[in-house]
Amino acid sequence: MANHDHTLDTHDAHAHGEGLDTKRIWQVFGILLFLTAIEFLVALGFVHHWGIVQKGIALNIFYIVLTIIKAYYIVAYFMHLKFEKKSFIVCCLVVFLFIIYFIVLMLLEGHYLLGDMNHQPVFPNK
Amino acid sequence: MSTTISQLDKVKDGPWSGGKSPWNLEYGKIMMWFFLVSDAFTFSAFLIYYGAQKFAQPTWIDADKIFQSVPGIADSGQPLVFVGIMTFILILSSVTMVLAVEAGHRNSKHEVVKWMLWTILGGILFVGCQALEWSHLHHVGFWFGQNPATGLTDPAAIATALEPYFTKEISYTAALQFSNLFFTITGFHGFHVSIGILLNIIILFMTLNNTFENRGTYLMVEKVGLYWHFVDLVWVFVFTFFYLI
Repeated sequence: MANHDHTLDTHDAHAHGEGLDTKRIWQVFGILLFLTAIEFLVALGFVHHWGIVQKGIALNIFYIVLTIIKAYYIVAYFMHLKFEKKSFIVCCLVVFLFIIYFIVLMLLEGHYLLGDMNHQPVFPNK
Repeated sequence: MSTTISQLDKVKDGPWSGGKSPWNLEYGKIMMWFFLVSDAFTFSAFLIYYGAQKFAQPTWIDADKIFQSVPGIADSGQPLVFVGIMTFILILSSVTMVLAVEAGHRNSKHEVVKWMLWTILGGILFVGCQALEWSHLHHVGFWFGQNPATGLTDPAAIATALEPYFTKEISYTAALQFSNLFFTITGFHGFHVSIGILLNIIILFMTLNNTFENRGTYLMVEKVGLYWHFVDLVWVFVFTFFYLI
């Protein structure tokens, strides 16, 4: 295929086709700032000060989803991964399937330890 | 008689048949990516262990209660404010790093220098904030292998010493595990930031020295930029798991 015939001497910005221009960079920054602001609004406002939302599984999933969206924008745009070759993206990301498996394993293990190996004293909080 | 070439003897010319760069990436950049993938595994292991401990303990430290100080302004009563400032600084320094990379694409030396300086300043501010946070926690009695109740034997005294940091039941072990993991993980992250600052300073001097100008490419800025963004990426996760959840 003809478009694979670039040599590495080609300037990087040309080699990758769509680079990031300054406008797009500030756009991504705006998105990251917005998502972080939402996290603060929820954690500091809704949960801590006004007590509208209770801490719990649903809130944790909400935080984790926002975190993963932020991670996507950092990796895809700031680290430029979105504009690399498909096979390279797969090569870098497919290994994280093991991390997902590891999370499941370790959390199950932790849960098991809570039920069966907990010999630590716990004091009631007034 | 015409000679026919068998299918097997044909010269292959696909992207993976050799002589080309199938990913169209420079070697050092690929290696930086692979290093970062392996580093991500290390941080994942740390954070997953934090989660496993949290699941294994009947109670846990309340982040809203332990992270309440804004050094120099308030000693308590301000959850999330200080870490908010730190997060903002780190995201901003990540942006200035991309802007340096972008300036490098245009071979604009003075802009690379400008943005690298901002990035280094952001990094130093972040590490400074982390040092203040550490010293505050150390001051109230948290450290590696230590929490405010360390050395106490009377259960009532232990409960009283740890009471300010828990919302649910109080556990000495949970407080100790939190303390160890907090200092280990934020310490390992702070170590990465410090190395990043060092790399950024080296890159700044190489830029000032016209090294990249003579090389004709600012690719090195991109490679260090990848590392710097990774540090920001890790902080996004540390922030969520330590301060929010």
